[in-house]
Amino acid sequence: MNLNATLIIQLVVFLSFVWFTKNFVWPPIVKALDERAKKVADGLAAADKAKADLANAEKRSMEELRSARESAAELRAGAEKQAGKLVEDARAEANRIIAAAREAATTEAGAAAQKAKDALRDQVAALAVAGAERILRREINAQTHADLLSNLKQELS
Amino acid sequence: MASGTELTHAAPTAGEYIAHHLTFLNNSGEMQANLIDFGLYNVDTLFYSIVLGLLTVFLLHRAAAKATSGVPGRFQAAVEILVEMVADQAKGMIHSEESRRFVAPLALTVFIWIFFMNAMDLLPVDLLPRIWEGVYSAAGHDPHHAYMRVVPTADINATMGMSIAVLLLCLYYNVKIKGAGGWFHELISAPFGNHILLAPFNFAMNVIEFLAKTVSHGMRLFGNMFAGELIFMLIALMGGAWTGMNAPSILLAAGHFVAGLSWAIFHILVITLQAFIFMMLTLVYIGQAHDGH
Repeated sequence: MNLNATLIIQLVVFLSFVWFTKNFVWPPIVKALDERAKKVADGLAAADKAKADLANAEKRSMEELRSARESAAELRAGAEKQAGKLVEDARAEANRIIAAAREAATTEAGAAAQKAKDALRDQVAALAVAGAERILRREINAQTHADLLSNLKQELS
Repeated sequence: MASGTELTHAAPTAGEYIAHHLTFLNNSGEMQANLIDFGLYNVDTLFYSIVLGLLTVFLLHRAAAKATSGVPGRFQAAVEILVEMVADQAKGMIHSEESRRFVAPLALTVFIWIFFMNAMDLLPVDLLPRIWEGVYSAAGHDPHHAYMRVVPTADINATMGMSIAVLLLCLYYNVKIKGAGGWFHELISAPFGNHILLAPFNFAMNVIEFLAKTVSHGMRLFGNMFAGELIFMLIALMGGAWTGMNAPSILLAAGHFVAGLSWAIFHILVITLQAFIFMMLTLVYIGQAHDGH
């Protein structure tokens, strides 16, 4: 426990080491620590932002999906409507064609019947005249009884 | 722990062994005769403290040179933990950003350096002295004078040197923060009160406070490490009493092993704690220099 000049030398040595640490050790380490703290903070902020972005993107994709579904449904409804209309139109067209055909057929048949009836009437008139001629051979003059024959013909029509 | 016998051709007594181990190697080569002799300096204390101080700043500088803000390695992380710990403590006690820029590195240096110096206590007590003895006698000197103490903090000169450095820093910061006039006013007006009749007592009280703080600061570390070293030496005496394969020798050797192991394990706590306490007191005292009474 003797005191000697070691004390003073130790004092100087001590302050020298402190000087060295103060200038060459402390600043770089503290700088690195501060930078790392900032990096970590930035990283955490970025992670939060990414999380928020992800949530937004999910929300947006859900919305997109829903609107896509809606428009698909709309499209389908439109298509169904159009198809129904097409079928309806086709049916109407067909009906129209059938009606026209039927009418044409009816008209034609009517005309043919008329014609046949006319022809038949002529023939009946002729036959009647011929028959009457045969019965009345001499007594009936076609010239004289033209009115009578014409009336008969009229009656037969 | 190596045995303490065979220091000389004739085995020393226990008292001689202890005394030899407690003598510093100074520049005279003889044991210091007077209590205070500023013509002498302890070569062993200075050698080990400077080597360990260089090791401290070398390790710290290596960590500082490679410090990046990226993912730290284990060594870097370890140094960073210490730096953060010291920075936190300094922040709690010194309320001046500018002072902290000097005092926090000071506290870090103090902590690691003192830890290393204290840790020399964990080396076997005879290891380095025995090597020195071999070197010394090989150089043709008397091995009786091959003194060597390896724990610098068990030298009161080393611990008081550091605590006086802290005292000087306290005085410097007192003047710097409060101004010479302001500090002088504080010295004569606190703690008893600002009155002209109380001024001498206030001044005396403050001088005593500074002296007591400095002496207790240095003596606390010295006392702990000196006692620890002495107990290691006493434990080493047990193994040193070996006289052959007989019951007392074997029992003493077993006692040496058990006591040495348990004291060394306990000492791991002591060396860390004492280094921490010295650092904390350094911060507290310099912090007080920043606060008014």
